[in-house]
Amino acid sequence: MRVARILAGLAGLLLLGVGAFVAYAWRSEIGRVDPPAPSGFDPALVARGSELAAIGNCNVCHTAPEGEPFAGGLGIPTPFGTIFSTNITPDPETGIGRWSEEAFIRSMREGVDREGRHLYPAFPYDHFTLVTDEDNRALYAFLMTRKAVAATPPENQLPFPYNMRLLLAGWKALYFREGAFQPDAGRPAEWNRGRYLVEGISHCGACHTPRNRFGAEDRERHLAGAEVENWTAYAINADSPAPIPWNAESLTHYLRHGWHEHHGVSRGPMAPVTANLGSVPEADARAIAAYVADLMGGPSQERRARGETALAAVRRESEAPLTAQASATGNGIGATIYASACEGCHSGRRPLPFGGLNLHLSTAVNGPNPQNIINVVLFGLPAAKGEPSAMMPAYRSLLNEEQLVALLDYMRERFSDRPAWTDTRERVAATLHGERRITVYRMDGTTQAPPESSMRTTP
Amino acid sequence: MTSHDVKNPTRRGVLAAGGSLVVSFSLLSRAFGQEGEVQGTAPPAQPKPKLPGSLSGEPFLDAWIKIDAKGEVSVFTGKAELGQGVKTAIIQVAAEELEVDPGAIRLITADTDRTPDEGYTAGSQSMQNSGTAIRHAAAQMREILIAQAAAQWQVPPDQLRAENGTVVKRDGQTLDYGTLASAANLHVEATPQSRLKPTGSFKVMGQPMRRVDIPAKVTGTPIYVQDIRLPGMVHARVVRPPRPGATLTALDAAAVERLPGVIAVVRNGSFLAVVAEREFQAIRAMLLLESVAQWSEGRKLPKPENFIQSLKTLPSQDGVVSEKGQATGIPAAKTFEATFTRPYQIHGSIGPSCAVALFENGTTTVWSHTQGVYPDRSAISEMLGVPPEQVRVIHVEGSGCYGHNGADDAAADAALIAQAVPGRPVRLQWMREQEHAWEPYGPAMLTEVRASLDEAGRIVSWNYDLWSNTHTTRPGPAGSLVAANSLPTPFQPPAAKLSITPSGNGDRNAVPLYAIPNMRVIWHFLPEMPLRVSALRALGAYVNVFAIESTMDELAVMAGVDPVEFRLRHMEDPRGRAVIEAAAEGFGWSRDPLPEGRGRGFAFARYKNLAAYLAMALEIEVERETGRSRVVRVVAAIDSGEVVNPDGIRNQTEGGIIQAASWTLYEAVTFDESGITSVDWSSYPIMRFGAVPESVEVRIMDRPGEPFLGTGEAAQGPTPAAIGNAIRHATGKRLYDIPFRAERVKAAIGV
Amino acid sequence: MTVTLSVNGTTHRIDADPETPLLYVLRDNLELNGAKFGCGIGQCGSCTVMVDGEAVLSCITPVLLLEGRKVTTVEGLGTLEKPGPMQQAFIEEQAAQCGYCIPGMMMRAQVLLQADPAAGEAAIRAHLEPNLCRCGTHVRIVKAVMRAGELIRQNSQSGGGAT
Ligand code: FES
Ligand code: FES
Repeated sequence: MRVARILAGLAGLLLLGVGAFVAYAWRSEIGRVDPPAPSGFDPALVARGSELAAIGNCNVCHTAPEGEPFAGGLGIPTPFGTIFSTNITPDPETGIGRWSEEAFIRSMREGVDREGRHLYPAFPYDHFTLVTDEDNRALYAFLMTRKAVAATPPENQLPFPYNMRLLLAGWKALYFREGAFQPDAGRPAEWNRGRYLVEGISHCGACHTPRNRFGAEDRERHLAGAEVENWTAYAINADSPAPIPWNAESLTHYLRHGWHEHHGVSRGPMAPVTANLGSVPEADARAIAAYVADLMGGPSQERRARGETALAAVRRESEAPLTAQASATGNGIGATIYASACEGCHSGRRPLPFGGLNLHLSTAVNGPNPQNIINVVLFGLPAAKGEPSAMMPAYRSLLNEEQLVALLDYMRERFSDRPAWTDTRERVAATLHGERRITVYRMDGTTQAPPESSMRTTP
Repeated sequence: MTSHDVKNPTRRGVLAAGGSLVVSFSLLSRAFGQEGEVQGTAPPAQPKPKLPGSLSGEPFLDAWIKIDAKGEVSVFTGKAELGQGVKTAIIQVAAEELEVDPGAIRLITADTDRTPDEGYTAGSQSMQNSGTAIRHAAAQMREILIAQAAAQWQVPPDQLRAENGTVVKRDGQTLDYGTLASAANLHVEATPQSRLKPTGSFKVMGQPMRRVDIPAKVTGTPIYVQDIRLPGMVHARVVRPPRPGATLTALDAAAVERLPGVIAVVRNGSFLAVVAEREFQAIRAMLLLESVAQWSEGRKLPKPENFIQSLKTLPSQDGVVSEKGQATGIPAAKTFEATFTRPYQIHGSIGPSCAVALFENGTTTVWSHTQGVYPDRSAISEMLGVPPEQVRVIHVEGSGCYGHNGADDAAADAALIAQAVPGRPVRLQWMREQEHAWEPYGPAMLTEVRASLDEAGRIVSWNYDLWSNTHTTRPGPAGSLVAANSLPTPFQPPAAKLSITPSGNGDRNAVPLYAIPNMRVIWHFLPEMPLRVSALRALGAYVNVFAIESTMDELAVMAGVDPVEFRLRHMEDPRGRAVIEAAAEGFGWSRDPLPEGRGRGFAFARYKNLAAYLAMALEIEVERETGRSRVVRVVAAIDSGEVVNPDGIRNQTEGGIIQAASWTLYEAVTFDESGITSVDWSSYPIMRFGAVPESVEVRIMDRPGEPFLGTGEAAQGPTPAAIGNAIRHATGKRLYDIPFRAERVKAAIGV
Repeated sequence: MTVTLSVNGTTHRIDADPETPLLYVLRDNLELNGAKFGCGIGQCGSCTVMVDGEAVLSCITPVLLLEGRKVTTVEGLGTLEKPGPMQQAFIEEQAAQCGYCIPGMMMRAQVLLQADPAAGEAAIRAHLEPNLCRCGTHVRIVKAVMRAGELIRQNSQSGGGAT
């Protein structure tokens, strides 16, 4: 998805004088080296690299489902075709075993591979360019000490002209600003640290910033929310739709544990991110949280009041004795489905992460579109692999379009003070019919083909 | 305190006699000792020559086998089908010795009105006790029938043979069992000697026989206690306090009573339940009742941080499990020291505990998946304040229990509720959260090992200390029932007592079976139980074998010897050696390098040091980046003595391995001071298909003529050790604390 | 409220609150035992049944969603006397210990095999992931499902048609 619009922009660039362009775009090859011995790296450097790799979520794109870590091969579908992630294990033939440190640092800084070919910005070098040489050296040390796996990713499935890498030089000329991070001396160290991570290695904007029609992040709408892989990445700036305003404390908890009692559990493509952040030093998670909380700003009087109202509703509902549940009639089908299928877990009586979130607190129900709830209702949240995790059953084979639309409308009406969604039916239909393909993530960050019907096609 | 080196079970005296074997039983009271899981039951005084198996408790043949005038054969066992296939094995044994078709046998299992009292179906002793009794009873009854025919025909018995429910004369004439049984006196006591069929002539025993219970299980035929539907039956649910010790302080149940279908809200002290016409009505009413009930604080649970380490600081009574050789002054070249732990773990039946009870005409009948109908009857009658005769407990299968789970408590709940609705059968099932939070857990344990090698790489000394609660708080006394603890005058759980028996409890398998000259094994028995605990499959053997066999591998590394070879060097028991060799050979054990992240592990134990021998080898894959481990393949070799149903042994052993792998890789009860926090499969994950080994192969040793050896729990101890050893081989890191969840393994591996 | 639903080929008019989970309608109203209560919150799969060819957890399925839909339970796959291919395969492979999880396993597997009777081992394992077994019968369950696939394929070749 990130690359979709990027590629669209490329076509126009064909108009440029090809010769001049080639000269401009050309990058030299950096010679092969003998794979460095893993024992030659300073263990402290490797350890630091491991944390940076977790903060950077390298494993998320560079690991195929059920594949070996960092061995690549994950297909990223776009309307223009599919791009497959590369093998970044130190395998000399199929991985980056013959890359020198210099070649690695250049790829991070400039988005060019060892041979001098431009990389697709699916590899987010527009963020990675900020990473310091020192951190790049740590990342290199980490990757070069991983298990070497011989694995060649499938060829990208990109038709002409999108398969012309040289054209990426033009895209870079327009949208790419090369250069390491410059701290803001007027800000506290933690804020600077957070900014360095968020804008750099963490590349939060790759999902949370909307893109312009050339596929580049729209700097005017920094972290204002976007859609990625048919999941909605919410605004994490002042427009955050969370009913209870986030703060540095709640964000830190969420990032490290994958859930927060006022915000629910992390799922979709955010699940691997929080799974990774669980393993990094708390100070780094705090720094990220401090910076993002600052971007969100102190909540307005109005937002604070909304939060209070939501919390009060939750308290009321969880403390009131259960009455004989409102029986079917009157409230319509959505209400009945909610009462019978959802409320049992989402009544807020059992604490998170194992109990369901009371939806008064749900960002999804208060968000700009219903896509994430559609995904979760249809495909559920499967159990993590052998670790305690939140779970939710999938309703894919039970709810028809009518019923799901009614349920969503009901949720929005009951649990949000925002206006009704306008595209609910279109999204429900497209997701039910598989036009919007959904990857289901477990809380531990691993993925699973959608359960029930779609799981049948697992090879 | 008793010390026991491992004695071989007394061998049967075998005398050849006319094609059959006359087998005289001189097994001493060993089988009784094995019932040591039942707390407070002192081993009985040693009798004279003992009758085989459970015949010693119930000597009359017709208590075990009845043949009516039509020749219908009914076999009675006090043991219960728990999914272990015992029904099938008992039918095989009876059919073999009785010479009838297995399909013609009606088997009646544990029922206090109908079957002998065989205590608990536990400790993998069903075949050792009941199987042995029925085998001998069948053989003796066959001989009586032959003698009866001989009398009728006036021919010597050795000219007759039994075949397919008849006795056949040389000329082909037959007399059927029905006729003979009506004429003969079958109400006779068993004799110590039976004419057992020789192994070579077996038709049914030793052959894989399809389990008799499976067709019903795969077709939805009612067979579980959960499936019982009696005329007029109502449904009940209990409401438990938020934590143990909390008492009901206030209750306004009016709203609950008004709900549709609600028949009664049962409140008896702090025991709280609701009865409704339909099951879902009962569940709804339970939810409402839960939200209106008010409870006192109750007991705080311990702080979870460092809880396991704190076991060492609890008051303890020390029992010497084994002591031999010198305690000090042993010259040691190398020493290995370590601490091994496991957390509380659950039985985790897939189907929550359930019971049906009917109170009618002063008698309470309870259908339960209890492991012991008689002890459960005593407990329930004591709780109800009635003589035992006024309670009947009938075993009906439930979901697999793997030890003392919620079955007895659910039975007591149902019995208590039934008193409130006389004449109406009450079906009670626990909710998932209740099962997770209220079943008695397998105890948390901590053990310390210090073992030394001499210059030649042989083990010279072994010191082992274990800290554990009792592993059995089974009923018998009413105080062991949750419901009885909540009554207005509560029955208190009986105080736990240290008792060291041959088959062991927390100290089960605490003594290595290897040849070690100097040894000291101490059980620091912890009477205080911070969380409620009881028997979970294998009891202490799970941790003890984990610790012993992990240590054996570390010692092998120190000695520079292959771990299989190292074990063989210290194993004198030929049957132990045989399973070790068979597992290694079947697995293709070698020292060849494996791909990065893969490792091999080996482990061995003889269950209780007196039941089945089992050795296993397995291969593991550890994902270095995440620490996630997956068992790839397993080969186990088992010696269960004479084999009745080889496929049954395989099935149970495969299951035991997978279950123990799940315990080892994933499982831990979690709690905080306010209560149990692992209350479902989300907070207490167990193995799912994605992590199941690609293959699990079980090789069975052929031991014709040897006594049956308990099988069902033999794999539980070796499995965690083999996994730990394989992880050590794959990563170079030893894991000491169960479970080996990804996070823990990753922390051990480092970057 | 009355719901009309078809179970194992028979149409029933059920009088139940619309939010009653299908599990209790099957067990309590229709006296079918195949679907089992395991957790009631969609975590274990022991209540799995088939609805219009899809695997559904009956414990979290309000009966109101089933109006006019076709429900199949393990009783619909065959009988004691005449077991269907899935049941036959579980008997042949002796794929049960306590057996409590087994009907749910069979129903989920049936969904897979109806779509692809030649499903391989990896597909079977992935497909059965939502269902738990505590006895550790997993390896046999996978074998039994493979065997059921064979039986179904044989049946359809000989014109028998799969259940
Ligand atoms: S009972 Fe339905 S999933 Fe567990
Ligand atoms: S066979 Fe017992 S739970 Fe699966």
